[in-house]
Amino acid sequence: MCSTQGVTEPRASESTLEFPYMRTTGPVIGPFLRALAQRKILGVRDRQGRVVVPPVEYDPQTGEALGEEMVEVGPEGTVEAWTWVAEPLEKHPLDRPFAFALVRPDGADTAMVHAVDAGDVAVMTTGMRVAARFSEEPAGRITDLAAWEPVRS
Amino acid sequence: MTVTDIAVVGVAQSASVRRSRLSEAQILVPTIAAAIEQAGIDRREVGFTCSGSCDYLTGGPFAFVSNLEAAGAWPPIAESHVEADGAFALYEAWVRLQEGDIDVALAFGSGKSSPSQPSEVWAQQLDPYFLAPLGLDPPSLAGLQARAVLDAGLATERDFAEVVARSRRNAAGNPHAQLRTPVDVEALLSQPYVRDPLRRHDLPPISDGAAAVVLARGDRARQLCERPAWIKGFDHRVEEHLPGLRDLTRSASTSLAAAKAGYDGGPLDVAEVSATFSPQEGILVRALGLDGDVAVNPSGGPLAANPVMAVGLVRIIEAATRIMDGQAQRALAHVTAGPLLQQNLVCYMEGEQ
Repeated sequence: MCSTQGVTEPRASESTLEFPYMRTTGPVIGPFLRALAQRKILGVRDRQGRVVVPPVEYDPQTGEALGEEMVEVGPEGTVEAWTWVAEPLEKHPLDRPFAFALVRPDGADTAMVHAVDAGDVAVMTTGMRVAARFSEEPAGRITDLAAWEPVRS
Repeated sequence: MTVTDIAVVGVAQSASVRRSRLSEAQILVPTIAAAIEQAGIDRREVGFTCSGSCDYLTGGPFAFVSNLEAAGAWPPIAESHVEADGAFALYEAWVRLQEGDIDVALAFGSGKSSPSQPSEVWAQQLDPYFLAPLGLDPPSLAGLQARAVLDAGLATERDFAEVVARSRRNAAGNPHAQLRTPVDVEALLSQPYVRDPLRRHDLPPISDGAAAVVLARGDRARQLCERPAWIKGFDHRVEEHLPGLRDLTRSASTSLAAAKAGYDGGPLDVAEVSATFSPQEGILVRALGLDGDVAVNPSGGPLAANPVMAVGLVRIIEAATRIMDGQAQRALAHVTAGPLLQQNLVCYMEGEQ
C-alpha cells in the first residue's frame, strides 16, 4: 500500500570538495616555491638546454630527471596569450577584472599561467611587457607571485 | 598485433539536460537496458563491465559504486571502473575482450554536472602546485587557447561562431542534444565576452546524462548485429599537463593517436570530435587531417550537449551508429581528457566491406 504519510521535504545534503592532503614539494618545485617567497622566479634547465618555467621534475621530452641546474628568470616577462576575466570567480587570485595569461619570464623558454593585474582589457595585448608583483605575505605557494603587472613604458 | 574483430553492436544514450532530478544510477538504468536490448543479448552474457564517471562531481569517494546498480551486479559480475569518460571504459573493455575468453562486454559513462559548480570542480584536476591554487577554470584555459589560435592566424572569432551555428543546426535533428535552437552568426558575435575572446556560445552547455555501449567479438558480433561497427584501431596519447609547455594551437597527441589507431588519412564519412570549446574544432580537424567532405559532428557535438564522463562515449556512439545504420562506411571518433586537449583518444571504425 502506498501512503503519503510521513513524506517530508526532499532531503538535501551539502558536501565540501577538498584535497585534504599534505604534499611534499620535492627537489624542484620545493626550491621554486622557496625562491618565490624570496621574490625570485626559478626555472629548471632541461636536457635540450631550455629553461622551463614553472620548473618540472622530469624532462617533458625525454622523461629524464631534472633539477641539477635551477636558473633565475624574470622579474619581467612577455605575455604570449591572454584571456580577460570580466567577472572573477571566488577562487580566482584577484577580485577585480583581470587577465589570465601565459607569461614567458625573461630568460625562460616556456610560459607560465598566472594573472595579469591590468585593470582594463584595453591594456592587454599579446607581446606586452609585464613585471612580477610579489605578495607582501609569502606563504610558500604559487600565489606568492601575486600577479603580473603591465610595465609602464 | 592489431585486433580488428571487436565491434560495437549496441548503443544507447540518455537525453542531455541542464538539470536532471534523477541520480546517475537512475539515468543509467534505462540507458544500459536500451543498449543491451539493441544488442539483443541476455544481460548475463556480458562477460566484463566497465564504467566511467567522476567522483568529484558527486562529491563523495567511491560514488561510482552506486552506478553499478544500473548494470545489475547480482549474481556477481566482473567489472572495473575508470575515473574518466566512458570512452576510456570502452577502451578497457576492448582490451579485456582481446583476452579471447569472453565474447561480450559492456561499457558505460555517466555524469551529473548540475549539483556542483563545474568551474570550481574542474580546477581541481589541475596541477596542485602551479595551476589549481589559481582557481583556473576551464573557460579561462580555453580563452588562452582561443587567443593563441587567433594570434596564429588560424581562425577568427567569426569562425568560432560558425562552428557553434553549425553545431546547433546539426543538433536540431538530434533528440539527445540539449541546445537545438538554430542561431545566427551575427547575433552570436554581438554577445559580450565571458572570457575574451570567448563568448558564452563558445563554451559547452552544462549537462547531465549517460551513455552505454555493448561490444562483441568475432562471430558473436555478426550474429548480434546486421552491420557491426568494427573497431579497426583504438589509441590514447598524452601530452604535457602544463599549458605553457606545449603549442596550444596544435594537438600533436591527437595526430599520433589517429596514426596509431590505423587511421590512414583516407576518406571518412563521419568524424565525431570532442571539441568542447568552439576553437578546438579547428585544432582537431587540422590534427586529424580531415578534408571538407567529412561530416564533422553531425550530432552537434559537445557544444550542443556536454554530459561529462559520457560525452566522449557519445562521440563513439554517434560515429558507430552511422556505420550500423548503413549511412557510413568509415568513421572516426575523438575523445579528450585533461586541460586543453592534453589527452586524446581516437577510435577508428569501419563497416563490413
